[in-house]
Amino acid sequence: MSALEVAVTRRVGEFELDVSFAVESGISVLFGPSGAGKTLTLSLIAGLLRPDTGTITINGHVVSDCERSLFVSTQERRIGMVFQDGLLLPHRTVLDNVALAVRQRTARRERRAMALSWLERVGASQLADRRPGSLSGGQRQRVALARGLAGDPALVLLDEPLSSLDESVRRDLGDLIREVIVASGVPALLVTHDPDEAEKLGDVVIAYREGRVVGSRPVERTDRGPDGEGSEGEPT
Amino acid sequence: MTGLVPHSWLNGLGIPPWVWDPLSISLHAALEATLVVTVTGVALGFVLAKGRFPGRGAIETLFSLPIALPPTVVGYYLLTRLGGPGPIRDAEVHLFGHPLTFTFTGIVVAQIVESFPYCLRFSRTAIAVVDPRFEQAARAMGLSRWRVALLVTLPLARRGIVAGIAMAFGRALGDFGATMIVSGSVPMATTMPIALYNAVFFGSHQQAMVLALVQVGAALIILMGVSRLGKVRPW
Repeated sequence: MSALEVAVTRRVGEFELDVSFAVESGISVLFGPSGAGKTLTLSLIAGLLRPDTGTITINGHVVSDCERSLFVSTQERRIGMVFQDGLLLPHRTVLDNVALAVRQRTARRERRAMALSWLERVGASQLADRRPGSLSGGQRQRVALARGLAGDPALVLLDEPLSSLDESVRRDLGDLIREVIVASGVPALLVTHDPDEAEKLGDVVIAYREGRVVGSRPVERTDRGPDGEGSEGEPT
Repeated sequence: MTGLVPHSWLNGLGIPPWVWDPLSISLHAALEATLVVTVTGVALGFVLAKGRFPGRGAIETLFSLPIALPPTVVGYYLLTRLGGPGPIRDAEVHLFGHPLTFTFTGIVVAQIVESFPYCLRFSRTAIAVVDPRFEQAARAMGLSRWRVALLVTLPLARRGIVAGIAMAFGRALGDFGATMIVSGSVPMATTMPIALYNAVFFGSHQQAMVLALVQVGAALIILMGVSRLGKVRPW
């Protein structure tokens, strides 16, 4: 069973997205130039937009099927999201931001303890009481990563998580993202337009151009996680 | 509210009843009106900002009419609707035991109608400009629509909402035309603006001056509060 199966179309003005691909364990990268439809694809998978036709399946559960008029809402999809600029809630502390994402119906104290453990895993526990407005870009993305994983998601979606950062921060945070996601065992789909980033972070690279998948290939690497057998696919 | 502070205390403080009585009635009525307006105005503002249904513009225009209408026109319609024969008056008698015209509750109703548009428009605008990506992020975190509204949208819109509530309170406190027509200046419904009008009408210029000064002070405090809310850094 694939972690994610996507076969959808969606028209936005003149642009038409028509893609079909599957994601296994590890980190899959949607790679392509700006305007290729990568972020639109993430929005469809997250349920922030509805496809015009087709189906989306997450972890064996159909979350969107246009023929059957089936559409599972975003909050019920069990996904984690890491946005380009973090999008941490500015009126909440860092710990609150992560604790709000913990889906387990447990006492508030336990949810905050879980949130703190996620902050520790991304090296941001010392920021727990701070407001997002006082954080650097790299710190914000660390917290966003913790928040994306704290809800025990079936799939984590990362939308250009490094693109707004300085080169040195990108390098360190890139390593951290890969390390934390691989250790968590949660399948991830990451969007980027940077070929180096795609190579560095991905187990599989799915190439996008003008709303179409134009190829996919596994990335040769030595740091595979416990399930990291690598995905099938012909190099482009 | 009048009864909360004994007149002997007020005399000791040098506050005569002809200032305190209308001031307390004004504050009491404006607070009640603002409470109602806050709940209903923010709720409708949210629906208008977030809802996608035909007639939203018409609803907002309808509820905003009191901003553009002379308060006497609002007062006239309230007097004839609340006090004239018909189902509304029958409902008032059923609920309160008497019609609402020439009563304290009547001026609260008049102030609700006059101040509602301010809370509605400020709230709708503040909610509409909240970056929807924060709400999307919250939904992706698994928060239900209700929790997104309560934990994300309303807190992020709070400055505009609070400013709208303050403006509504100021409008309720300062209303004259609609209140005057609905209350008829009976003693238990004589607000500060009506007391000022009566003082001028009966030639008590010293009293009029004091009543005017008190209202200027109240207006200044409200405007300073609104201004302060506008200057505070969001977070």
